[in-house]
Amino acid sequence: MPDTATFSPSRRFVLAAIGVGAAGFAVGCDSRTAEATGPVTLTTLGDYVRVGSDNTITVYLRHIEFGQGVSTGLTTIVAEEIDADWSQMRFEHSPADNAKYGNPAFGGMMGTGGSTSIFSSWQQLRAAGASAREMLRQAAAKRFGVDASDVLLVKGKAEAGGKSATYGELAVEAAAITPPAVESLTYKDASAYEFIGKDRDPAKKFGRLDTPDKVNAKAAYALDYAPEGALTALVARSPKFGGKVGSVDDAAAKAIAGVTDVVQIPQGVAVLATNFWAAKKGRDALKITWDDSAAETRSTDAMIADYKKLLAKPGLEARKEGSGAAGLRGAGEIITADFEFPYLVHAPMEPLNCVIDYKPGVSATIHSGSQMPTGDQMTACFILGFVTTGPDGKPAPDTSKVSVTTMLAGGSFGRRATPDADLVSEAAQIAKAVNGKAPIKLMWTREDDVRSGKYRPMNVHRMTARINNGAIEAWGDRTAIQSIMAGTLFDTGAPDFSSIEGSNDIAYDIPNISVDVHLVKNPVSVLWWRSVGHTHTAYAKEHFFDVAARKAGKDPVELRRTLLAKHPRQLAALNLAVEKAGTLPAGKTRGVAVHHSFSSYVAEVADVTVNADGTFHVDRVVCAVDCGIVINPDIVRSQMEGGIGYGLSAILGEALTIKDGAPVQTNFYDYPPLRMNQMPTVEVHIVPSTEPPTGVGEPGVPPIGPAVANALLAVTGKTYAKLPLGAKA
Amino acid sequence: MKLTINGKEQEYAGEEDRPLLWYLREDLKLTGTKFGCGVAACGACTVLVDGAPMRACVTPAASLEGKKITTIEGLDTPAGKAVQQAWTELDVVQCGWCQSGQMLAAAALLTEKPKPTEQEITDGMNSNICRCATYQRIRGAVARASEIMG
Repeated sequence: MPDTATFSPSRRFVLAAIGVGAAGFAVGCDSRTAEATGPVTLTTLGDYVRVGSDNTITVYLRHIEFGQGVSTGLTTIVAEEIDADWSQMRFEHSPADNAKYGNPAFGGMMGTGGSTSIFSSWQQLRAAGASAREMLRQAAAKRFGVDASDVLLVKGKAEAGGKSATYGELAVEAAAITPPAVESLTYKDASAYEFIGKDRDPAKKFGRLDTPDKVNAKAAYALDYAPEGALTALVARSPKFGGKVGSVDDAAAKAIAGVTDVVQIPQGVAVLATNFWAAKKGRDALKITWDDSAAETRSTDAMIADYKKLLAKPGLEARKEGSGAAGLRGAGEIITADFEFPYLVHAPMEPLNCVIDYKPGVSATIHSGSQMPTGDQMTACFILGFVTTGPDGKPAPDTSKVSVTTMLAGGSFGRRATPDADLVSEAAQIAKAVNGKAPIKLMWTREDDVRSGKYRPMNVHRMTARINNGAIEAWGDRTAIQSIMAGTLFDTGAPDFSSIEGSNDIAYDIPNISVDVHLVKNPVSVLWWRSVGHTHTAYAKEHFFDVAARKAGKDPVELRRTLLAKHPRQLAALNLAVEKAGTLPAGKTRGVAVHHSFSSYVAEVADVTVNADGTFHVDRVVCAVDCGIVINPDIVRSQMEGGIGYGLSAILGEALTIKDGAPVQTNFYDYPPLRMNQMPTVEVHIVPSTEPPTGVGEPGVPPIGPAVANALLAVTGKTYAKLPLGAKA
Repeated sequence: MKLTINGKEQEYAGEEDRPLLWYLREDLKLTGTKFGCGVAACGACTVLVDGAPMRACVTPAASLEGKKITTIEGLDTPAGKAVQQAWTELDVVQCGWCQSGQMLAAAALLTEKPKPTEQEITDGMNSNICRCATYQRIRGAVARASEIMG
């Protein structure tokens, strides 16, 4: 929505706040503390590992767990190197601290996204585990009076000369050991792995670490957090993008029992109440006159028409091979299609929320399920006046006054990674407006979630190919899209990856390639949506490839094999998926797509039934994924299953449209996520690899759309250029 | 008025139109019942009322006088226990937010039909949305729970 004039930390503040974390990785073994909390003494051995006197080993997650499995995956890496017993492993979200927990893939700022968690942590957490292991080994050697090389470490115990001690018993002594130099650390050979690459095994209780609490309803999500005396806040925001509050009549709202305050903030009008129901009734009772003088007035159809006008001219160059666009003129046949992709809503199941407890002039504590906790922290500092003087003499956030506790999140898909810290901004503005009289529990309803922007950007790809002598001789992909990065702290001024990834790195060996992009301004706010640019670039590339291949008289899979000869990892994924898919059953149609995203390689084969009335059902999807070394194969499978379901949901039926500047859809009844009856059987096959591990949260999403469209194309001959596909082929 | 929640009698003195969901979550601190859509479209707030699945987000607490309400925190029927065991064995969960509702729906389905066909599983579970799309594992876990029940 309604873009608001809220504070967003500038690039300068962010960079200033990033300490040494950006330079490389440190395991932070200077962080050695022992703290007695009740009967248990907790000892940290570095920034990532904490050993309890109860013999638990807790790994600090610098990434948030929102379903993608990092609480298990990251913990597994440490468990392996420290030689733990799986039953002693625990996880905890780390505090907000860029210096200790910055993500190198985010320039050293804390952040979960881009499927980088395992990829960016692999070497660091191996080192953290190995370092802690050596400290424990030396502590045991001292205690037993033996040489360190004689100490055997196995399943959380140290043994030598008939003596043994658990890690829990050794932890305090281990913390007194000088940590070994990172360069001196040695790592387990893959052949000796106990946990890495091992499958779920219920009999051994080896599985996801977050399963038990989620099954028993003990998992701690932000929306479940309610400090004593908290007031629930709902915000009325402008129905139209770019609209502002004109005047407010809050008399009826204030008359609702339980409503305590109505305050205006830059984002809209907030109603505070002692419980949700009162806050909702209060918000419903507000009479607001909106000032729409600067608001968007167009509908999505008009926006698309505007985007298409731009496509007549070249955009910013993103890739040129051979003669580029000039290669699209010449001998043979030229085919072209405009691919239209709608705005998409992330719609995580847990509605957006956060809790802030503000003590004016003293401190603030934030509980949230945020993908960017330090960005939230800095934003809250500025809004609430916790500002100090930075090294450059300019105001800087005093982060010592604002703590962030990261809670589990009920899904995100990118929605909780907001450079403008939207949730914390609203909560902090409300807390400030009521001078911290009570903790503020900010809640968004599903309607707020669907209607308030931060969508996958709507976009149009104009795809062009020149076919000659049975070959694709030239390929053109021109996009008009809003940039996700524009105006954020990640804005570099150049065409950014979020708009062109997956288009500009097309791997097919085609002699002439031209990829260019028009970055469009539009007041509808946009954000990364699970697999970001690949959500549309993969569809346009992979579906249009089948259209072109068929026009050239070639089998699309065979032509892919030929043109991917220099890309062995894409080729291997493609071949594995096709092989495992086997023979197509009678009465079904099949489509195939392969795509490289987030450093992983995924091919998907979709078997589809098209009924006599034109309706269709995706029955089975065979997926092959190469994500380097696999930390946890079952989580790889679950992410592929989920990614396929999430991507299929979008291409079948999701679209957020705009009429006269305001969203049309409201809730799950008109923005319909995939349901069980639409979910295909998914088989996942993993390409064996010794390459470093790469992401799995997003790469399962991109190929499903084009695989399904290619299956439909195979029977109907149609190009499926307008999304969503809807009910009929 | 009196409501029976997880076998315990509770005195409800709130507003007539206040949905059960908020009474459970805010007053009783039974936060296992989740808010998802507020319009009975997703099933995250599913509870059992006299054994049948019901949407707590649109059901006024005051309409349930004398009824037996079961939330995830009190799901200790044979079907409920089998469902939780199966969900654990198959590592069904991803984000987990919808799973209380899924498990209650599954327990109700299995209580009524201890040996459901694949189609009956899909029909019985189709009104519960999982945005992480764990549907394949949910199908498997319902079948596994049926096996566990014997």
